[in-house]
Amino acid sequence: MITPTHYMVLSAALFIIGVVGVMVRRNIIIIFMSIELILNAVNINLVALSKQLQNDIGQVFAIFVIAVAAAEAAVGLGIILAFYRNKETVNIDEMNLMKW
Amino acid sequence: MQSICLIPLLPGIGAAINGLAGIRYFSRKAAGGVACATMTAALGVALFAFWQLLQLPADARAFDVTVAQWIPSIPLQMRGGAIGSFQVPWGFRLDPLSGMMTLVVTGIGTLIHVYSTAYMADEPRGGVARYFSYLNLFCFFMLMLVLGNNFLVMFVGWEGVGLCSYLLIGYWYEKKSASDAGKKAFIMNRLGDWGFVLGVFLIFVTFGTFDFRAVQNAAATMPKETMHFGVLSFICLFLFVGATGKSAQIPLYVWLPDAMEGPTPVSALIHAATMVTAGVYMVGRNAVLFSQAPMVMSIVAIVGVLTAFMAASIGLVQYDIKRVLAYSTVSQLGYMFTAMGVGAFSAGAFHLMTHAFFKALLFLCSGSIIHAMAGEQDMRRMGGLKKYLPVTFATMAIGTLAIAGIPPLAGFFSKDEILFRAFLNNKAIWVIALSTALMTAFYMARLVYMTFYGEYRGPAWDVAARPAVAVAARHGAPHPADAHAHGRAHQDDHEVSHGPAEPHDDPGGGHGHHGPWHGPHESPTPMTFPLMALAVGAIVAGFVGIPAALGGGNAIEHFLEPSFTASGVAQEASGVAQGFSPAGEAEQAAGLKPRAATEPEVSRKTEVGLMILSVLIALAGIGLAYRFYVTNPAIADDLAERWAGAHRTLSNKYYVDELYNATIVSGTFASGRAFWTFDRRAIDGVVNGTGWTTLVSSWASGLTDRTVVDGLVNLVGRICEEGSFWFRRFQTGLVQNYALLMLFGIFAFVSIYLFVR
Repeated sequence: MITPTHYMVLSAALFIIGVVGVMVRRNIIIIFMSIELILNAVNINLVALSKQLQNDIGQVFAIFVIAVAAAEAAVGLGIILAFYRNKETVNIDEMNLMKW
Repeated sequence: MQSICLIPLLPGIGAAINGLAGIRYFSRKAAGGVACATMTAALGVALFAFWQLLQLPADARAFDVTVAQWIPSIPLQMRGGAIGSFQVPWGFRLDPLSGMMTLVVTGIGTLIHVYSTAYMADEPRGGVARYFSYLNLFCFFMLMLVLGNNFLVMFVGWEGVGLCSYLLIGYWYEKKSASDAGKKAFIMNRLGDWGFVLGVFLIFVTFGTFDFRAVQNAAATMPKETMHFGVLSFICLFLFVGATGKSAQIPLYVWLPDAMEGPTPVSALIHAATMVTAGVYMVGRNAVLFSQAPMVMSIVAIVGVLTAFMAASIGLVQYDIKRVLAYSTVSQLGYMFTAMGVGAFSAGAFHLMTHAFFKALLFLCSGSIIHAMAGEQDMRRMGGLKKYLPVTFATMAIGTLAIAGIPPLAGFFSKDEILFRAFLNNKAIWVIALSTALMTAFYMARLVYMTFYGEYRGPAWDVAARPAVAVAARHGAPHPADAHAHGRAHQDDHEVSHGPAEPHDDPGGGHGHHGPWHGPHESPTPMTFPLMALAVGAIVAGFVGIPAALGGGNAIEHFLEPSFTASGVAQEASGVAQGFSPAGEAEQAAGLKPRAATEPEVSRKTEVGLMILSVLIALAGIGLAYRFYVTNPAIADDLAERWAGAHRTLSNKYYVDELYNATIVSGTFASGRAFWTFDRRAIDGVVNGTGWTTLVSSWASGLTDRTVVDGLVNLVGRICEEGSFWFRRFQTGLVQNYALLMLFGIFAFVSIYLFVR
């Protein structure tokens, strides 16, 4: 039997993987993918609790998150593409212009 | 008689032509020609107008011409609340007095213009045109002064002749003494003009008009101020102050001798014949006013006779030929004022006319001598010139006899008339005047004897001498008689008078001093002709005034009579005109003393006796001079040594110039210095103090600005800068740093949420 705890653990594991990926990787594409993992960990949580609480709002919310994530992916990839055209790299350590 | 306005206008046109075009474009001959032509034309018009005047009945001889309105009518609040009107026309008036004066000015002026063409022939070309322009301008103003029918037109002329006098005295302006003399004359004249202007103001305030005739008629109706010093007396006193300036009387006479720095024809025209008599003329013009103020008349007489005496005594010992004549002029002007002062207006005017003839003659003769001696003016360097200058000698002798008062020459009649009237009025004045006559005869005879008789004492000349030698001879070796410093007048005169070293394109008819000086020589015809003409004048001018005592009619007195009385007023009531009414010889002789009017026979005998006495006095003066300077020249030196103090005083002109220098001139300088010190200390101090205060306050303001205001601003900046130095390290620009910080923050918050709460 799969209990909400399983979902929670899976979600937490995905979230941790995503955060660690964001923190430690230097390739911006990978960081982007890690952000997707974080979002999907949240989605799992939403859907699982929606089922547990018998409340469909959680399902709707998850769909909204997916829609926003799709938009975010489009914009983010556009930025990355523009960045790559200027710097010919996707290393995030090169993206340090926004400082003092 | 519209043409009388042409009389002043013609010389004015000449002055404009010469002044505007002549200085640049005219040759010497053209400039002289223009000037002489305009003056001759003016003389012609004047003669014609005078002839017209004589056609009129005796008591209606006057032409009034108003050319234009000068100052249009302006309503004015008068004293006493009445509304008067202030208006001045360009009005000219030809009456017997101004007619006589006009003839003198135009006649003698024309002769002197002719004379000047030769005398100034060695001047640079532009200088000649300038000279003639000034001379014509002078005649213009002088005729305006004479012909003006109100005080303001007269004042225009009065100031104008002063200006021209200044310009002509300073004609050789490169010479310091000449420009100084010009300034002196101008300033002295201004002092007098101050009085004249005050008098004119007072006249307007009192009478509400400037017109001579209107003022006289109004004044004649006012009570005579015998006992108190009223408004009429003040008017007359102020006018007389003006006259002392213009006519060189005490105390303002010192400019006239210095004015001899000008060219000699100028001295003859302005400083002998015409301008200096303007004061006498003005007093005569206002005879009615003066008659109403007997106390001022006494002042006039006393000043006149003292001036006559003092100037004559100075003239006794001068060595500069022109200065002797200058002091003689001052002295003769004193005579005229004496005549005016004792009420003998027509005698004064008569003497004015005769004096104009013989003094112009004497000055022109002295010019001829100076010309002959190549600029020498010191009589000690002349002598024995009779054989070199026959015409000059003859004419000068006539002039000398005329001024000395030898009958039947002109001076005799006019001077004796004055002496007689002075005798009737006041014996003391008469005695002084008579002693002046003695001195006059003496110094004039001395002048002639020193110049024309004896041995030639001047510099030697050599027919073949080079110019340098001649100049050195003239100015180098001092003459034995040169111990007395004879002034600066003749030094440099030659060099200056013959102009700067400009190449002379016109040799002046072959009669210049360009080459070596060939010794004394007679002057050319344009110079001798005026001498002869004036000599004739000096002989015959007196015949118009042969007194009744000698069987004459004294025509001039009857002729001038209407000018000295108010018209259309009850003359008998005023008591003024009685003395001069043409009724009979008795009243004529009476002067201001009615006592004499009752004794006509006695006074006539007295008059003849006085004439004989004055002729004897004159002869005595001439004889004395003959003894001193011809037969026994040592006497003069002996006397000078025996009376060394007196001689020194006279030679130094009574130290009047020194007195004026010590008091007025240095006083002016001292007050100027005081004012300057005040200016420097107080006024400049305030200005500088203000500046200094501004400087200091702005310095303080700047300091505050720099330290306090800028300090605050900089402090804020420094604080921000220093503070941000550490904080900005957090902003690395690396996204993962920020994300890590966010993570730590979330951990922190969540930890607090979970464990602390």
